Amino acid sequence: MESLYLLIPLSVLIAAIIGGLFWWAGRSGQFDDLEGPGHRILQDDDKPVGDDE
Amino acid sequence: MSAESCFHCGETVAHADLNPPRYPILYRQQTHPSCCAGCQAVAQTIIQSGLASYYEQREKPADRATPLPDELLQQMQLYDAPELQASFVKVESGNVREAALILEGISCAACIWLNERQLLRLPSVLEASINYTTHRARVRWDNSRLQLSQILAAVAAIGYRAHPYDAELQDALHQRERRRAMTRLWVAGLSMMQVMMFAYPVYVSAPGDISANWLSLMQWGSLLLTLPVVLYACQTFHTGMWRDLKRGRVGMDTPVVLGVWAAFLASCYATFTGRGEVYFDSVSMFVFLLLGGRYLEGMARRKAGAAAESLVKLIPAFAHRVNAWPTDRTAKETPVSQLQLGDVLLVKPGESYPADAMVLEGQGQADEALLTGESRPVVKKVGDKLIGGAVNLDAPLVVQVSQLGQETRLAGIVRLLDRALAEKPALAQLADRIAAWFVAALLLVAAAGYLFWHWYDPVHALPIMVAVLVISCPCALSLATPAALTAATGRLARAGLLVTRGHALEALAGATDIVFDKTGTLTYGQPKLLAVLPFADQTPGELQALAALLEAASEHPIARALREGCVAADLNVNNYVNHPGGGVEAVVAGQVLRLGRPDFVTAFCRVPRPPQLEGWHAEDTVVCLASAGEWLAAFALGDQVKPDATAMLAELTGLRSHLLSGDAPGPVQAVAQQLGLGTWRAAALPADKLAYVQQLQAQGRRVIMLGDGINDAPVLAAADVSIAVGGGADAAQAAGDMVLVGNLTAFAEGLAVARQTRRIIRQNLVWALGYNLVALPLALVGWVTPWLASLGMASSSLLVVLNAVRLAGANKPGQKRGEPR
Repeated sequence: MESLYLLIPLSVLIAAIIGGLFWWAGRSGQFDDLEGPGHRILQDDDKPVGDDE
Repeated sequence: MSAESCFHCGETVAHADLNPPRYPILYRQQTHPSCCAGCQAVAQTIIQSGLASYYEQREKPADRATPLPDELLQQMQLYDAPELQASFVKVESGNVREAALILEGISCAACIWLNERQLLRLPSVLEASINYTTHRARVRWDNSRLQLSQILAAVAAIGYRAHPYDAELQDALHQRERRRAMTRLWVAGLSMMQVMMFAYPVYVSAPGDISANWLSLMQWGSLLLTLPVVLYACQTFHTGMWRDLKRGRVGMDTPVVLGVWAAFLASCYATFTGRGEVYFDSVSMFVFLLLGGRYLEGMARRKAGAAAESLVKLIPAFAHRVNAWPTDRTAKETPVSQLQLGDVLLVKPGESYPADAMVLEGQGQADEALLTGESRPVVKKVGDKLIGGAVNLDAPLVVQVSQLGQETRLAGIVRLLDRALAEKPALAQLADRIAAWFVAALLLVAAAGYLFWHWYDPVHALPIMVAVLVISCPCALSLATPAALTAATGRLARAGLLVTRGHALEALAGATDIVFDKTGTLTYGQPKLLAVLPFADQTPGELQALAALLEAASEHPIARALREGCVAADLNVNNYVNHPGGGVEAVVAGQVLRLGRPDFVTAFCRVPRPPQLEGWHAEDTVVCLASAGEWLAAFALGDQVKPDATAMLAELTGLRSHLLSGDAPGPVQAVAQQLGLGTWRAAALPADKLAYVQQLQAQGRRVIMLGDGINDAPVLAAADVSIAVGGGADAAQAAGDMVLVGNLTAFAEGLAVARQTRRIIRQNLVWALGYNLVALPLALVGWVTPWLASLGMASSSLLVVLNAVRLAGANKPGQKRGEPR
């Protein structure tokens, strides 16, 4: 049970770190376009270029 | 894909251009037809650039590609000048530049992909990214090896238009606001999840199972995690409360703030002293739910409002100034902002007039539909006045500037619009005021409860007050309306009706009258062939085929109308001559034929004008076909009612319909009769329309206005709820409480959804109020512990949201805006 003395503060710390990460992500524009990347990943160029196949 | 539609833009290909295709496109070793040389060129560019997979990935056909006039290419080159780039290009170290552009013609994700690829294919473009939601592009390039005009031309080559985009302050502000809202939501959500972890053991264990030191540790953890929620995530509520208090009112944010702080401080007290309950989980969950609702609502509204681009786009950025008219006719490109009264300008066909002006030389037609509502082209002769922003259709004109800037008709319409916007009915504010009274009463009750318990049993005073504030916290009440509105907004957006103002759905449901504009709203706003009057021994079909043959090469709207739905006659044509403003002349099978305005044909035909022609379709555009010795036929062309208008009107129930139009009485009456609209008024100026709507409102009617065009903008703003028909002027979209981008039946659905929304909002409000009225006494007498109160609050809010979601779920899944091919 004594491990809780470590685990509870640790969970608070981790939550704070995650919060900081989200703050940084939001600030650097990660959430500015929420739709485009979803489409873009499907349209990536992994096919050979050219109209005839 | 049907064989008759254009491979690129999906429009119908004229029969004459099929079998064999006149503009063939070779795609994956198969030949497809296209409707015009523009679409053909664009499709070929796309395929040759190795971007052919665009055609599999797109969800909607592209816009029709019109070939780029040389003038536009010349104007693009002007953007290479550093002084013009100042407003939208950022100069970085070395020769690297970064430009903000806005793209026109984007309809689906594949368009974004296509444009990005095309830009990145250019040598020395370093970076190109396009935002899917805002259609804005950021391009970085090396200016020593590539000019901006080449970038603009590359976008134009695949059928889109890129305009320089002046990154305005307002926009940066919105962006920052959105990022902040997102971060607040994250903070509240993260804290809610983690605090719940600490609260859960307390809920499930029997009292006394957890020893005091663990309990205290978990409470301290919760306190630390809730601190950012109260101090940071709640900022919107704090500022909202402050704003309301400054205006001497108690807004919806006040009990939220009080509840949050009371619960938080009480929990802090309990944590410090080790006595009493903590409610950190309630606090963070409560804040998260509220912020989530607000974020979704804001997102839906922003999306709906993105269509609003300013009026200024109607006025071109550059004009061709003729400095030494009439001695020297060379025109020099000049920014419109530098023009002065009395300047002489050359306006080429297809351009818009840069300012109000008077014709000095030339004769042609102008399309003023956006500004006056007149659907037919207006003939402009020497001495006639031109309206800035209208489009010069067919002939080059030399004009003299008579009004500039704020003095122009366009600016006047904008001012009218501003005034009308200021007179907006304030339904939403009334709802707020009622809620404020409710909230104030609640606060008094909570305070009275606290005082009573403080006197009667001080130990229970604080928990009971917190329970009262939490349980009767108007969470469900404040979610009731926005949740339903958000769900309905999303559903309508899918159907093709965008809601841009908060009060629109409410007002739509309560409307009693609907006023339609004619041109472009109920009708196409483009000429269609209405009737054929044959003079010779040929069937109307054969005569139309002959006319279509003469007009085969023209892109004039009338030519397109004549070609539509008919196969051009298979005869030899040569010596084709185009007389701008008159018509066309050509030698068909050895015989000289003329097709055009009656006076143009009369001047050519030896035989006098047939008497049947007098007064025939006097309200429509009439073109005649004749040889030198014989009148062959006359064609009446005019606007036609959209087929979905009838379907929509059949679905409208409980509304009185009116038709207002700036057109002549003849066509207006015809449309009114065809659609069975009881009241109609023709030749109505914008001011007349405004007066008509205000008169209806004075009789206590509540009016929906459905229209397009800038001339409708003041009326749109004055109506109780206004719907701008998409594809019309952008300014009308900005003025509309709703924008209709789908077909007209989407409006009928919108009305049904609005009425359903009103029903659901009422249910929600009744539930939320009823819940509060039952829970409040229970909490006051101390039967409800705070954790039970927060559970009750959360489930009550959830019920309200689930009820609202029914609005979104009722939609048929297959239904999409814009018919997929």
